[in-house]
Amino acid sequence: MFEKLSDRLDQAIRTLKGQGRITENNVSETMKEIRRALLDADVGFKIAKEFTEEVKTKALGQDVIKSVSPGQLLIKIMNEELTRLMGKEASPLALKPNGTSVVLMSGLQGSGKTTFTGKLALLLKSQGKKVLMVACDVYRPAAVDQLKILGEQIGVPVYAEPDQKNPVLIATQAVKQAKTEGYSVVLVDTAGRLAVDEAMMNEISEIHASIQPDQTLFVVDAMTGQDAVNTAAAFNQRLNFDGVVLTKMDGDARGGAALTISYTVGKPIKYVSTGEKLQALDVFHPDRMANRILGMGDVVSLVEKAQQQINAEEAARLQKKISKNQFDLQDFYEQIQQIKKMGNMKDLLGMIPGVGKAIKDMDFSDEMFKQTEAIIQSMTPLERREPEILNGSRRERIARGSGTKVQEINQLLKQFGEMKQMMRKMNGGMPGGAMGQAMGRMRSPFGRS
Amino acid sequence: MGFFDFLKGRKEKEALVQGLERTKEGFFSKIVRLVTGKTRIDDELLEELEEILLSADVGVATTIRIMKGLQSEIDRRKDLKPSDLQGLLRDRMLELLGEPELKNSHLDQTSSSTPRVVLVVGVNGVGKTTSIGKLAWRFKQAGQQVVMGAADTFRAAAVEQLLLWGERTGVRVVHQQSGSDPASVAFDTLRSAIASSAQVVLIDTAGRLHNKGHLMAELTKIRTVLNKAMPGAPHEVWLVLDASTGQNALEQARQFTAATSVTGLILTKLDGTAKGGVALGICSEFGIPIRFVGVGEGMEHLQVFDKEAFVEALLGGQASSGHANQA
Ligand SMILES: Nc1nc2c(ncn2[C@@H]2O[C@H](COP(=O)(O)OP(=O)(O)O)[C@@H](O)[C@H]2O)c(=O)[nH]1
Ligand SMILES: [Mg+2]
Repeated sequence: MFEKLSDRLDQAIRTLKGQGRITENNVSETMKEIRRALLDADVGFKIAKEFTEEVKTKALGQDVIKSVSPGQLLIKIMNEELTRLMGKEASPLALKPNGTSVVLMSGLQGSGKTTFTGKLALLLKSQGKKVLMVACDVYRPAAVDQLKILGEQIGVPVYAEPDQKNPVLIATQAVKQAKTEGYSVVLVDTAGRLAVDEAMMNEISEIHASIQPDQTLFVVDAMTGQDAVNTAAAFNQRLNFDGVVLTKMDGDARGGAALTISYTVGKPIKYVSTGEKLQALDVFHPDRMANRILGMGDVVSLVEKAQQQINAEEAARLQKKISKNQFDLQDFYEQIQQIKKMGNMKDLLGMIPGVGKAIKDMDFSDEMFKQTEAIIQSMTPLERREPEILNGSRRERIARGSGTKVQEINQLLKQFGEMKQMMRKMNGGMPGGAMGQAMGRMRSPFGRS
Repeated sequence: MGFFDFLKGRKEKEALVQGLERTKEGFFSKIVRLVTGKTRIDDELLEELEEILLSADVGVATTIRIMKGLQSEIDRRKDLKPSDLQGLLRDRMLELLGEPELKNSHLDQTSSSTPRVVLVVGVNGVGKTTSIGKLAWRFKQAGQQVVMGAADTFRAAAVEQLLLWGERTGVRVVHQQSGSDPASVAFDTLRSAIASSAQVVLIDTAGRLHNKGHLMAELTKIRTVLNKAMPGAPHEVWLVLDASTGQNALEQARQFTAATSVTGLILTKLDGTAKGGVALGICSEFGIPIRFVGVGEGMEHLQVFDKEAFVEALLGGQASSGHANQA
């Protein structure tokens, strides 16, 4: 299903080969492919059509330089065009420098507003802001509890009124109180609502009118299909929102809704939400999104994510060790800790195009590290540094200490040796990548399921 | 009375239609507008039909399939008029949706072994918990004794959410603390249901994105554990899909089916403007029937799937593109 667009284009362009220039005749088949790719990525029907026309106009008459294939050239044009369309200046959040700023969340049911509210609160708090979250979803069972629990987890207070059924009053009261108590930001979470639900749309308009938010955000699921155009337009018409938040971007949806919405309402995408952990919030990169819509993976994000977690110094130290063949079990143990911090290895690797399928059946969960960790923990520092000294009696002691069998230790050591070799060969690759691949090889000692 | 009998009997077309058709226009108005005044079937007309399908999230592959079928019919029968297209299109789509009892359905009407266990799965926020609440109410209305299991131990306040549904519907909820092992909650639920001779067990699970292997493996574990508590359980695995989801729903169906052998679909949020057309491709590709549709947030807002009504709403509503309105 998600074969790469560049492959498909190259197919379509085969007819174009030998022709030095993109012309009306030779480009039409290719345009069909492009339109199809956009539709597969859930770009709105009408927008896909218009966009394809635009790309065609831009491409016509362009000389095909020898060094790039016509397919590559087209992709470049598309990429630029998509990036331009989605790249409306995205100031993260326009908040007042002093006083209390108010941010209102809006969106459909299940789009991820509450979780995002928690994430944004955490982010703002880490920037030193005094944040208050307001629970205005009085409809969905336990929605208020959900926000309260998130508040507890991140240490941000939540304003709620258990006996108040009118969210307009709750929001108004909360903002008033926040101002007197000197909060710098108030985040108002609201119930999910359908754009065609008049009563509910009136309600959020009222909330909007009475609290006069500095920023109104439209929270939308990255998996949204053709309906994005209707919904975004309807919410925008009511609220004239300031920006968009794309959620569940850690899934594998191509996210054409991002283009649809940018195109339809012309508002910037301010944040992308990329996981269930409350830290999983990113700013939006239009160029990466363009790649993703075109089915070319989000390699840059992946690399950055890996880099964030493994600091450069540490990476350099390891690199050196690996190249000198000094990578030992202690380093390995530390690497496991690093990888565990990165979140799920598989999720990260899955972002690389083509890799997702290959690792589908591998078990990359934290569980898989447990046995290995236990074994290494039962070793002395010397043994970790110089596994060669592990004779039979040492291995038996370790097996007892870690609750494993000697065979399992043998296997771990054997595979560790192999992994070291492999890491040396791949020396110079991406930190997470080399490790990940080497680990993939090692799955038998961990993988019990 | 067979356990699932009531699923088959009742036709709630009216209500479904009402839920599906929140747009101002009536049924078929769009197609009717397209074909009136036309004397012959031309490319333009076919393109507009294609647009209706694509704008309803049917997806390129399935749309091509439908249009090819239509085209060969047109080639075969020279006497076809534009006004015949509507019926032909509908037939093609109904075909894709398949028969109510498709190959993957494990509905065993004759078996008297109870409780019957339904595991409910899906990505985050699609409406699993809400659907379970509605199902519980429905089964209870049908005279069944129901137990719900709060195996979403991950999302904040997910257990509380189900407990409130329990209060609302008067159905017992088995739960543990947030953060506990979901498989153990599932096990407890089934054990307790057996002990109290309940007839239906509905297990709620945490939302999970289908590309997260470790979370998908957790579902497999829940399955295994349920089977341990009662051989043959779960009897049904229902995948909840949000009608506003685009082509990614296909991937969801693929991965969830691989991990848990899905036996039925629940398509939620059809009370909005989204049409849920991606279900056509899913039903035909995986042979999984749609069991229910969600048309609101109240406990009565769950309808037995009626494929005729679904297709009619899919074709009848206003397409997202404005330009067809001129006709
Ligand atoms: N309009 C509408 N909203 C729904 C429907 N089903 C669920 N919801 C809403 O979607 C949101 C997410 O539902 P929930 O059951 O918590 O999803 P879960 O995360 O899959 O368990 C809630 O606000 C529900 O009220 C439906 O059929 N129509
Ligand atoms: Mg839930």
